[in-house]
This record gives sequence, C-alpha cells and structure tokens, in this order.
Amino acid sequence: MASYQDYCNYLLMNILFRLNLLASFLVIVVLLLLTTSCQEKKIDFNADVRPILNKNCISCHGGVKQSGGFGLIFRENALGETKNGKIGIVPGHPEKSEMIARINHKNPEMRMPQERDPLKQEEIDILTKWIEQGAEWKEHWAYLAPEEPEIPEDNTGWGTNEIDNFILQKLEENDLSPSGEADKHDLVRRIYLDLTGLPPSTQQVADFVNDTSENAYENLVDELLQSQKYGEHWASMWLDLARYADSKGYEKDGTRNIWKYRDWVIKAFNDDKPFDQFTIEQLAGDLLPNPTVDQLVATAFHRNTLNNDEGGTDNEEYRVSSVIDRVNTTWEVWQSTTISCVQCHSHPYDPILQEEYFSSFAFFNNTADWDINSEEPLLKELHEVDQDKLDKIKNWIADRSGAPVSNKWERFVLTGEPKLRPEDFDAVENVVHQNRSGQDYMRVFKGAYINIQDVVLKDVDRIYFEYRQRTKSKGTLTIRTDSLTGPVIGKASLAETGSFKTIPIPLTTTAEIANLYFEFQSGAENYSCDIDGFLLGQKLPGEKDREYEDMYAEIDEILNAPYKHSTPVMVEKPEDHSRQTNVFIRGNWMVKGDPVSAGIPKLFDGGDLAFRNRLDMANWLVSKENPLSGRVIVNRFWAKIFGRGIVATVEDFGTLGDYPSHPALLDWLALRFTGEWKWSTKKLLKAIVMSSTYRQTSRVAKEAEEKDPDNRWLSKAPRVRLSAEQIRDQALAVSGLLSEKMYGPSVKPYQPEGIWTIPYSSEKWITSEGEDAYRRGLYTYLRRSSPYPSFVTFDASQRELCLSRRINTNTPLQALVTLNDPVYLEAARSLAGQIIQVAGGKKEKVETAYQRAMGKMPTTEKAEILIKLLDDTETYYQEHQEEAFELAKSENLELASLTVMANALMNMDEFIVKN
Amino acid sequence: MDLYNEAQKRKLEFTTRRHFLKKCGTGLGGIALASLFGSDHLLAKSPAQALSNKALPHFLPKAKRVIYMHMAGAPSQLELFDYKPKLKKLHNLDCPKSLLEGKRFAFIQGTPKMLGPQHDFKQYGESGTYISDILPHFSSIVDDVTIIKSMHTDEFNHAPAQLLLQTGSPRAGRPSIGSWVTYGLGSENENLPGYMVLVSGGNNPSAGKNAWGSGFLPSEYQGVQCRNSGDPILYVSNPDGMSRNIRRKSLDAINAINKSQYEEFGDREILSRISQYEMAFKMQISVPDIMDISKEPEKIQEMYGAEPGKASFANNCLLARRLLEQGVRFIQLYHWGWDMHGDNKNNSVNEGLKKKCGEVDQPMTALVKDLKQRGLLDDTLVIWGGEFGRTPMRENRGGRVMDFYGRDHHSEAFSIWMAGGGIKEGLTYGETDEIGYYGIRDRVHVHDLQATILHQLGVDHEKFTYHFQGRDFRLTDVHGHVVKGILS
Repeated sequence: MASYQDYCNYLLMNILFRLNLLASFLVIVVLLLLTTSCQEKKIDFNADVRPILNKNCISCHGGVKQSGGFGLIFRENALGETKNGKIGIVPGHPEKSEMIARINHKNPEMRMPQERDPLKQEEIDILTKWIEQGAEWKEHWAYLAPEEPEIPEDNTGWGTNEIDNFILQKLEENDLSPSGEADKHDLVRRIYLDLTGLPPSTQQVADFVNDTSENAYENLVDELLQSQKYGEHWASMWLDLARYADSKGYEKDGTRNIWKYRDWVIKAFNDDKPFDQFTIEQLAGDLLPNPTVDQLVATAFHRNTLNNDEGGTDNEEYRVSSVIDRVNTTWEVWQSTTISCVQCHSHPYDPILQEEYFSSFAFFNNTADWDINSEEPLLKELHEVDQDKLDKIKNWIADRSGAPVSNKWERFVLTGEPKLRPEDFDAVENVVHQNRSGQDYMRVFKGAYINIQDVVLKDVDRIYFEYRQRTKSKGTLTIRTDSLTGPVIGKASLAETGSFKTIPIPLTTTAEIANLYFEFQSGAENYSCDIDGFLLGQKLPGEKDREYEDMYAEIDEILNAPYKHSTPVMVEKPEDHSRQTNVFIRGNWMVKGDPVSAGIPKLFDGGDLAFRNRLDMANWLVSKENPLSGRVIVNRFWAKIFGRGIVATVEDFGTLGDYPSHPALLDWLALRFTGEWKWSTKKLLKAIVMSSTYRQTSRVAKEAEEKDPDNRWLSKAPRVRLSAEQIRDQALAVSGLLSEKMYGPSVKPYQPEGIWTIPYSSEKWITSEGEDAYRRGLYTYLRRSSPYPSFVTFDASQRELCLSRRINTNTPLQALVTLNDPVYLEAARSLAGQIIQVAGGKKEKVETAYQRAMGKMPTTEKAEILIKLLDDTETYYQEHQEEAFELAKSENLELASLTVMANALMNMDEFIVKN
Repeated sequence: MDLYNEAQKRKLEFTTRRHFLKKCGTGLGGIALASLFGSDHLLAKSPAQALSNKALPHFLPKAKRVIYMHMAGAPSQLELFDYKPKLKKLHNLDCPKSLLEGKRFAFIQGTPKMLGPQHDFKQYGESGTYISDILPHFSSIVDDVTIIKSMHTDEFNHAPAQLLLQTGSPRAGRPSIGSWVTYGLGSENENLPGYMVLVSGGNNPSAGKNAWGSGFLPSEYQGVQCRNSGDPILYVSNPDGMSRNIRRKSLDAINAINKSQYEEFGDREILSRISQYEMAFKMQISVPDIMDISKEPEKIQEMYGAEPGKASFANNCLLARRLLEQGVRFIQLYHWGWDMHGDNKNNSVNEGLKKKCGEVDQPMTALVKDLKQRGLLDDTLVIWGGEFGRTPMRENRGGRVMDFYGRDHHSEAFSIWMAGGGIKEGLTYGETDEIGYYGIRDRVHVHDLQATILHQLGVDHEKFTYHFQGRDFRLTDVHGHVVKGILS
C-alpha cells in the first residue's frame, strides 16, 4: 500500500518539476484525484486477484504442477526464485516481477498463459496494481471464520425475517425486485413437499386455505416440522451423503443388513438431534464415554463403504479403499473440501499437502473392520429372551460397579469386541492364514503356536476364544506368558464345533501387560482347527456374590446364542494393537512412505484441541475453530429447498468452487445455526421457509428472466423437479396406496422380472407383500449393482460414493416410467376407483381428481382438456371394450377412461415439479 | 533357463512401474475443455464447464460409433490368440519361484505347475496369423482385424478389472466409456438412446450395471439395457389395454396442459418436457421395431446363427448391427461365462472354453463381415476382449490338484482384437514372452486402449474432462497413450 502511494507521489513530483507552475496547478488537481482513487482502490486478493489466477494460471502453476518452478498456491512459492533464476512476484515491484513481464510479453511463445488468449488489459492492471500494493495474500474466503454481518435495511416492508433483508439487498444491487407471494394452494403443496416430501391431502389443503388467522402459515410449518414424515424426507438427503445401500457392492453384491442406521437417521431428524451431536455420533459414537446402543448404530455411517466379496480379492486392498472413502466422504460432507486428489499428491488448487491427507487417513485407519464377508464388527440385536438376560446382567453389574462398567459389558456382549485377530498376531508357527475371498481366520495344526505381544490384561480375567473345529479329534489350547515354556495362565480343551463358537478361558495371572503364547496340541497327527480371534473379557464385579458364576454362564450363553440381526458398526482397535499410518507414495497403498500421525491440515486452526482419534476430529468439525461446517451444512439445506445453494457447488467450497451468491447471508445463517439455534435443523428450516423469499410465486417475470435467467438472486421461487423417491411417493399418496409404516428392513416393491441377474448370487427380488409393496421410496431395497430401475432413471444415487447433488435430467426414459411402470398404472387405477364414486358428471370428477393430484382446482382450460380426454377415451373404449376391461382390470368402462385420465395427471409437469 | 530369467527381469521392470503409476490421479490434463452436448437439461454449472469453450470432437474422427464385445470372466489368451509352443514343452513342470515371488494371485497358492496350451493353432490369411482351432469362423477374418497380444491391466479380480476397463477406475462410481462418449458426442438417432447394452450368457458381468453406469455424469448418459424378454427397454410398452390410439390422446392432453402451464409459469424446462414426451412416444414404435431381429432376411439370421426369441450372443450381435445402422453411438455386448478356473468341466480351458467359443465365434465373425458388406465397418470401431488374461500356470486352488485344466486370473498379459474405425487390417500388435506371462514389446495398458478408442472418435482423452468433487476427471485418469501403431 505504502509503496504504491510512494510511487504516485514520485510521479507527481517529477511532473511538477517539468511543468511550469500555472499549468501544473491543473495537473495537481487531476493527480491528487488520481492519488486519492489509488488509495481507495485497494485490490482484494479473494475478490479480484484469485479469480484471475484460478482461471488462467493455476492449472500449470498450482499445487501439483509448478511449471518453471513457479506455483501460486502458497505465497512463499509465488515469491520464491523460479527455475530460470527470476522471481515471479516481487511485492511492490511489478517491474521486477517475472509474472508481469510474461503476461505482457509481445512474443506469443513467451507470453502467459501459454497457448491461450492473452489476459485482458483490466486483468493485467489488477495483477500489476496488486503487486504494487504489496502482493498481499489472503486465505480463501471459506477458510476464514464467518463474521457477524450487518443486516441490510429493508424499507419496502416486503421481508418477513432477516433472510429477506439479505436477499433484498442483492436483488436491489442487481436491479431486480422480489415477486409476490405464491397462490395459497401452490404454497401449501410446496411447504408439504419441502418439509415432509409428500403432497397435502385435499383436506389438508382446504384446512390451510380456509384458515385466515394471522399465524396460519407459521402454524402449518410448525405442524409439519413435528410430522414423522419430516424425518423420512430429510433422511433421504442424508442417505445420499452417507452412501447408504442394502448391499455391499461389487460382484456378488450381497445383502448388507444396515437399515438400523437408516432408521437412526430418520429418528435423529424427527428428534431434531442437534447437528453437532448428529455429527459426533456418526463419526465417533463408539468413542464417546459409555456409548449407548443407538450411538453405536450411528457409527454405521462409515460402514456404508463398499465391500468386495469376490473370490480371490485381497482383504487389505479393499479395507484401505474403504478408509480412503471414509476420509473423502467426511471431508466432503462436513467441509465441502475435496481432498481425494491429495491421496496421490498435494492439492492442485487448495493449500493442502499430501502428507496431510494421510494425517486425516490416520483418524480412520484404526477401526477393526476388514474387507471380510462377515462384515465384523457387528452390533447384534438379541432375541427378547436374551435381551432380558442381558438387561438383568447389566443391572447386576451396575449395582456393583456402576453404569460405565455395565455399559462396557453390554458392548462386549453385543459386538464381541475388543478382539485380537490374525492381523494382530506377532508370530505364528505351523498355521495357514486364510485371508483371501473375504475370509480371515488362522488354520492351526498340531503343535502350532500363536504369539501376541504386549496384550493389556488390566481388568481382563478371561479370554473368549472363537474357533471352529470340523474334526472329531480332541485338542488342547494352552496359554502361557513370556515364552513357549513360560508359566501356564489358561487352558482349554477343544472339540468338534461345526461352526464358529466362543468359549471362555479364565486366566490365572495378575500381570497388567503380558506377552502371550497360545499353543495347540492334540493326540491326532492331522488335528486342525480355525481361529477367528481372542476376545478380551473384563472381570465381573461381585466375586463373592452367589450369582457370580451364573452371570458368567449367562454371558457365555448369550455370546453363542442366535440373534435377530446385526448391524456393521465402527469399533476402534485396542490401543496396544493400533495400526501405523504411512503416506502412500503417489497414492499407491502398497508403496509406503513416511509414517504420519493423526491431525488436521495446517490450513486450519485447531485451537487447543488435541488430535488423537476420530472423536477429536468429530469434535473439531463442530467446534468454534472450524470455519466451514456451519456454512457447509446450512448451504446443504438451503440448496435442497431452493434447488441451488448459496454456494452453488455445495460439494466444493474450495478455490475452484463457486463464490457464494450471498456471502453475508451464508455467514449469518451459519452463525445462527451454530450459535443461538444450537445446531437445530428444524430452527434453520423454519427460518428459511418462513421467509418472504421462500413464499414468493414461482412464476417467471419477463424482465427478471432476462436479467437473471438462472434465478441466482431469487426474484421468484424456483420450480424444482421432485426427487425420484418423491415422484413415486406422491403417486402412491394421491391414489391412497401409500403405506404409513415406518422403519424396519428394506422392502421390495414390484419390479419387472430379470433385473437382478448377478453372478454367484442366489439372492432374489421377491415382491414384498401387503403394505410393504407401497412404502415410501426410502425403504426400497437398494442393491448397488442393480438398483430399483425407475429411481435410477430419475437421477437417484446408486450410493457407491458420497453424493452431494443429484443432477436433475429430463429424458424420454423418465416419461416411459411415469407413463408405463406398473406402479404408476396401479396408482392411476386406484385414484380412478375413488373418483368414480364422486357424485356428478365428468366436470366434477375431473375437478376432484385434479385437486387430489395438484392440491388445487384446474383452470377452465385445463378442465376442458381433461374432460375431452375422458370423452375421447370413452368413445374409443365403447368400441374396444376388451381393452378397457384389461386396463381397468374390471368390467367397467368408466373406470378405464378415468384410469387413462389419472395416468395423464400423474405425468403432468405440474405434478412432478414443485411449483 | 534363459526364458525364466527374461520373464523375471520383465516382471521386475513392469511391476515397479505399474505400482508406481497405479491409481494416482491428478486429473489435470486440462481444466478447460469439458464439453456438453445438448443443453436442454439443467446441468449444474461447474467451474470446468464455465471455462470450457471447445466443442467436440477435437479433431476429425475415424469412427462414428463403437461396438465393444466384452467377454466377461476373461477368456484365456493362451488357448485363443497367443500361441506359445514353448509353454507346451513346459507342461506339467513346476513353476519356478521367480515367477511367483511378490506376485498376488486370486487363487494360485504354493507352487503351481505350468500348463501347456490346450488347443492347437494354425496360421490363416495373408497375414499368416496364428489362430486356435476353436475359433474356426474367426480365422476367416484375420486379415480384417488387428490382434493386440500385449494388453495388460492393474486388477486381478473380475469386478474391479471390468470397472477399470469400462470406466477407467477399479472402484465403482465412475462413468463408463459409453457414457463419456455419448456425453461428449451425443447420439445420431433421436428415437433411440445413444448408448445401449446387450447382455447374454445368463448373467450380468461382475461389475453389474456399473459397467454401463453414468457415474457422476447426468443419468441420461447411462447405458440403456436392452432386455431379452419382456419390454426390450424397460417400460417402453404401453400397459395392457392402453392402445397407441389412447396413448396419443392422453399425450395430447398432457402436452396441452403442460403448454398451458408453461404459459402461466414461463419455465422453459416445461417445453423440454413436452419434447421428451414426444420422443418417448416415438421410441415406443421405433424400439420394438428395431429390436425385432426376425425382420432380418433368413440368410442374415443364418450368417449370425441367430434364433429370434432366444437369449443369445448371436441374437445380440445381429441386434447390435441393427442398432449401429440406426446411429446408436456406443453399444456394449456382454457375454458372461469365460472364467475357466478348472473347478468343473464347464469351467475348463479345454472343454468349457471350446463350448464358450462355440457361442461367440460365428456371430462375432458374422458381425464383422456384415458390417463390411454394408460399408459400415469403415466408420464403426469393433472391439472384442475380456478384462484380463489367464496365467500360463495351471490353477491349484487351495494348493491342490484340481479335477480339470484351468488357469487363474492374470493381469500382465492378455489378447484382444479390434476392427474397422481406422484400425489396421491383418496386424498383430505387441508380443509376450515365450510363455505368455508378460508383454515384452509394445505393451498396451487398458488406459491406452481407452485413449485409442476416444482418439478414433475424434476425442483427445487428455482434454475431455468433467468436474466433480472438486477435480477434473478423465476417463483415462492421468494415464493413457494412443496406440498409434494400430492406426491405419
């Protein structure tokens, strides 16, 4: 800044000397003005400079490619010496800066950007001035903490809440004005669809339209936020981010039982679980002190990664692949920071280094899951009789040692963790590790031993041994410490088990840490058994109690009892057997570089937080120190309501993402959300839908369309096509077929034969019976390699990767779905069956049907079109009665023509779009 | 033994390089240059697109359309195209340790035996190309095709290898090559999808529908599967009792009301919807018509060995030709069941493989001949092959001798053939060592194949990108070189 002023003054003095005083008086005036404007026009790095660099320079002079030794991601690089010894940017001295020389170069061979059009003069001026002013660097806006903005004034009386002030300001800046409020009928359908995902019934529309009280709208909003359907709707959005599906992916793509997680998400939305808590439980619920069963279910968020059960796959390869996905997904969901490219090299556009990727990786690299068919660790749901036993045991323990100990026992019984697995064995002899094709067990033979070092035995008084023996011969397992000939601390006899079984082996040692040797012997030369692992059981309290031994016996029973079902969850490996994380050289997991420890990129300020595990990371994500989470999350909800985020690239707030259309509003919302609204999603949504901005009509005004064709400034409400799930749900709802049943295993509504032709899989799509065939779309079984066809056609995610934004398309295949998919025909037939009972003529029937579908009466023109369709159809069917009966599935001509009409209704733009 | 020393050296060279390059992506290549075809849909703006101003194709294409015959399960190159008399001499000898060290196999354990070729080879055509006895028809067109013997890949499991071949990445969720191509070049036929998929052999490929998925590209670019029974394209038929007459009347009503809606709300997307409904109506006629191969003259049906009504590769080849004639841009044929491990008779490289060849030999040959006689071969790129190769060793699953002759998955060497679309005729490209373990000359990675396919369509694979999750993605990631040596 100072240097630029000096420069201006220097010019001024020079000129003064050269001109006579009189003439120079005028010049002085002019130059003073110029100097003043120089002082005022401070170049802003983020607003003025960065866009030019991003557009023109960064693909060659970024974080990866630094052509000529010149990179523009970090200031110290940009100011350093380049390969040819020149300096790209010399603050204060554009004339010495090679960058300025090169963008101005006359020779196209030398001029930058290479092989592209030269920069515009005003761009060159900006860069020159910026260097003159000292080439100040500024962090990208998204990495700076949100600032409390001033609320712009609204003198028009249009606005309802602060959101409108911000919107209005931008509208005025862009010479636009807001639209009036939407028709009440359109508004009520819109708010139902946005908050619950479902359309209102005719009665619900009437209730609202006839309610003339001042608070009618707000009361409706409050009511809908309390509806159970609210959670179902918003869960759909979250499940795209969580890449939730009912199968494991890849070749066999077998069923994964993880719907408990889906139910957890629905409940969390319905309970308005504060978003910070929602975050922590999903990322690290297992690491919370005394986690509840529900908090363990929440961790299934990151068990939605793909598993490869194909024969001959390397389990470690696909475990690593899952961890990578967890890292990328976490950064995308909470930070809208795209980090996946940093696996192989430093970020090309954002200031994140490659080793920092692996610091993030380290948070997630220490869970016990592996790419195995069983998907352990699993959280069991017990049969009632066993659950009762467990409750009894829990109480018994709690009475003696308190809730934390009892909680730990509960987790032990339900998850079978902590467990030492083949991966944790330090030395083995005479064994074969079966670790391909989704297996993970150690086959031991006569005389085999397994050594595990440094096992923490504090509070552990028995080892639960998981094994399978398929032969009749007897064997023994002897546990020693220190060495193969050391003192014996446990013994068990082994016999045929058929499948895997868990047996307790009490330990007779008081050591807190031990070097354990497990030796296998048998009288039979060909003896073998398969070892799944060793569970470390803690000591029960109440040794002197009468029931003490009974408690152990009951625990043994539950451990081996069949159970209802189970959910894959996250379980951290014991500290003494945690995994080392290394950088993967150029992203190749088989070529390991330097070890790294867990941490966040230096770009962010972690404050006083320590970074040891996932819980620390989760806490940081929702801490005051984090500049992104609040903005990212409010932007996701905003985008879902308005069809476009304040940052349009909802998945990318980085340098290459879009600049916010309303930065101050984004910060205001983020600060409310994380502050006074205490991370309440319902409060956030209420503020949004209460705004006048939201309540505008969606009619296009000619002038606005010319000035703002994308409706970026929101001078009207957007028209957004409904989601795949909503389109089906709506058809079922207006025809009275929709089941209100919530939760439980996913269902299989009708789909045509032959969709599932998957190799090495005997799983079949058997159409669900009764109301399960008519549940909301989010309960439809999603098999990744072969998803429900009409959902994919309407742009639903296949849920293999985290998806922030579905891209809405408009295709003939979609038309074929809503015209011909038997589900839509059945809905049409069902609606026709109700309409036929309406008293009156065709007009009344058309009106009633239209009202059911669209929530309002048709215009005269539209009614006439539909009546004509009924007339034409009737005439035709009178001559082709067989066809009519086929369509109506009944010998009723009127039902047939009404079915045709209902089918047409469900294909209208206004039906599949939110007005 | 020189042979093994040579192989060992190659192994070292290539595994090092392979691991070094594997799965590393910057997606740089070109920030600009993503291109869109048709802008009637509401594509979310992305920075790459915003910077884009270059239309496809990048240069004059040699091929207008592609048919990719993917033999899912991976046929053995050693029994079909890559003749290895030396391997015959080594039959039943222990495989030297040097070939096994540091290598990951799907099923081979311990020390397997070498397995000599299980079928005889003879030379054919002016080119004198060696072809196995179990491809008697194909041997008649060797002078029309290029055989690449030095293909290699990074993956040795089916699903990931198929994904790598068809989407450029072994992990699920990326757009398939057909999606990229239709996204970039569009369709030449308004009444049919630009990208269609035909499946035979009883199962979908291991990669499932991801093999023709659109990944992060808009869903309209996903491959549309033609079905063997029921609707040829899902939901293309009107429901029972809804005649075309009634459908027309109902579409008239829908369109009229949509038009009225447009007049009220002024949203241009409504106009697009009206035209999509009209196209759907046209497809209802055009699709079943084109799918009906019984309309072909009997002579042509015989040429392919097609039998209308049956689910077969032969029918799919004939159907594919009909679709190509209609201007469908990209067609994939998947034929399942080539995974000859030797665990049963049908999965053996002698009998099972012979049977499998019997299913494809005549129709794939007929397809090339038929395209040629119609003048379509010149601008149609034909590709045939599996997702990886098979080992020169006999599979010994669980360390035991198996009941039948089989070979394990092998990523280092396999053979494919290509024809038409600017590809040389009568050429054998690349070479493997004397046992077919590694390519030793002109190795072609699957990314090179993808780059070449795009190149023949007039697309520079390094410039054709799509911005997703904050980076620019390419079909070929950061890899791939056009295989100039096979271009005519």
